[in-house]
Amino acid sequence: MPALIDLIQEGRRVPEHRPWPRAVVDAAVWRFAAEQLGDGHWSLLDLWGEPDRVHMALLDEPTAGIGTVTLECGAGRFPSIGRHHAPAQRLERAIRDLYGLQPDDAPDTRPWLDHDRWGVRHPLGAADRAAPALPAYAFLPSEGASLHQIPVGPVHAGIIEPGHFRFTANGETVVRLEQRFGYTHKGIDGLIAGTDIAHAARLAGRTSGDSTVAYGLAFARAVEAALAMDVPARARLLRALMAELERLANHFGDIGAICNDASFALMHAHCGVLRERVLRAVDAAFGHRLMRDRVIPGGVAADLGPAGIAVIRTLVAVAHRDFPPIVTLYDETASLQDRTVSTGILGEALARQYGAGGFVGRASGRDFDARRQPGYAPYDELDFEVPVRHDGDVNARVWIRIQEVGQSLTLVERILERLETGPEAAGPVQAELPGGAGEGAALVEGFRGDIHAWVRIGADGIVERCRLRDPSWFQWPLLEAAIEGNIVADFPICNKSFNCAYSGHDL
Amino acid sequence: MRKLLLDGLLRRPLTEPSPGPEDQALAELAESVRRRLGRSLSIRAVDAGSCNGCELEIHALNNAFYDLERFGIRFVASPRHADVLLVTGPVTRNMREALERTWNATPDPKWVVAVGDCALDGGIFAGSYAVEGGVSSVLPVDLHIRGCPPSPTALLQGLLALLERAERG
Repeated sequence: MPALIDLIQEGRRVPEHRPWPRAVVDAAVWRFAAEQLGDGHWSLLDLWGEPDRVHMALLDEPTAGIGTVTLECGAGRFPSIGRHHAPAQRLERAIRDLYGLQPDDAPDTRPWLDHDRWGVRHPLGAADRAAPALPAYAFLPSEGASLHQIPVGPVHAGIIEPGHFRFTANGETVVRLEQRFGYTHKGIDGLIAGTDIAHAARLAGRTSGDSTVAYGLAFARAVEAALAMDVPARARLLRALMAELERLANHFGDIGAICNDASFALMHAHCGVLRERVLRAVDAAFGHRLMRDRVIPGGVAADLGPAGIAVIRTLVAVAHRDFPPIVTLYDETASLQDRTVSTGILGEALARQYGAGGFVGRASGRDFDARRQPGYAPYDELDFEVPVRHDGDVNARVWIRIQEVGQSLTLVERILERLETGPEAAGPVQAELPGGAGEGAALVEGFRGDIHAWVRIGADGIVERCRLRDPSWFQWPLLEAAIEGNIVADFPICNKSFNCAYSGHDL
Repeated sequence: MRKLLLDGLLRRPLTEPSPGPEDQALAELAESVRRRLGRSLSIRAVDAGSCNGCELEIHALNNAFYDLERFGIRFVASPRHADVLLVTGPVTRNMREALERTWNATPDPKWVVAVGDCALDGGIFAGSYAVEGGVSSVLPVDLHIRGCPPSPTALLQGLLALLERAERG
């Protein structure tokens, strides 16, 4: 198996691309990379377009090496990656919808984000306002005398984001689930291009509201890499503090909501209280319940004073007091376990093939966490464990979250200590952005998994192109696999245990 | 489980006093709300392309601190059971038809509450090829609750104003 760096050396290295290399390659090398992906070497981190080229970021997990290859599409075409590596298929369909670049020999030629409602085809490429109507969307066929279809969404019964699920069922059993997304597509790629860094950061923080800190951080780190700048040590700690608090709030919410989908309202009520306590503490400490726009390129928007630190310390103490009895309740309630154990099993091979991040991957044996590999400050100086399980069911995804709550609480305590008495007890929390052009990438661990960000900044300080890849791109397709053979009534609990993003995916 | 339930009985409730209706919302509603709702309001939430931040705070209305149902306000699963559509997001073009269909499925009398800064006029997403630009560009809106996202308290104040106006009207 060739090393990723050999692949990069086959091409023309792009200067001023940090921290990992990017190279412009020819179609033969591009195809070779596709075959390597298909053979299970490397993981796909992202595949995205520009009007005249496509980029592909790759991860070599054993060495944590990352590299990006670029293919210039002179004729508006590129060799399909999805033909060799299924996780790339939806990404390719999205590239075609937005930029008009055609993947050659792609196995699925249906549109993905384009529902024929924009009044324009290929809005970010050679925009065509007079394109003929698209044919009606054809769901994959399922044939059999006793099969029936259940269409669900885009408007769902609960308070959740819009998306369409097409079930084919045999009696109670799901034979096939096919998802259709794009309903929340806002055109964030297009809105960011050509704006200044501060405005782009606000847009990036609104890609997926539950991960606003993680997106803010991913964007900021990519910008800082592009500009070859460092942020103050205290700002790095404050960012990690916010990221862990965001993880805590979401995990508390998820654990309760999963149990609620098994009609066990008691867990939901208690977890909801813990989540609300986190949001109130961060509101008091940082001035916003979701910490929106608090991570900015160059540092953080505001410092944290002694009062804020005290509020978070109280929160940690309350969580240590109140969470263990809830975990015991989960673990000792047989009727609840009956719903979560052995439901919605995701096999390890699929999790590995798709490079599934977060609790979805870690509950199915994929030992990956971007905080550790490739890693970023300050996590390289903080001790924490990454829980991994191999059972891959709803219960495993609950337990990964429970264990991550414990790790995040420990991380918050260690960060607070250093903010109070460590070498970072004082100092600036923002650095001035230097001028200049450059390209940067970042991989940041949100509560849901790793977010990949890539930016190109022009000499005038304008963001020419920004790409943000949500972890859900590589998790949603796995839900289709995990639900197969389960009963329709277990779909909500399976879906909630994945908790993939709609807005983050649709962008 | 018994201990948790017992503790719940012995401890004081977490639920906070009503924040009362918001004045600005009462003013916005004065012209538009005429009919009686009684003391109950059934809400159908529709995400028309939000970033999901508003959904998180709408969810929070059901937690023990805000306990929305004590005011007679509850979320329902179907627009056919709803008095109010609570719409979030800038209204993406891909969601427009689904939103209109949901509105058409809601029986009269009905009210539309637009939640969040992007539901007001598209907010930061305004001008995109993929966005209509605010709920009022698609449906008649009776009340806007601003914020990015609005806090649960702000949401509650807006909904209480709707309830109060509807009672008097």
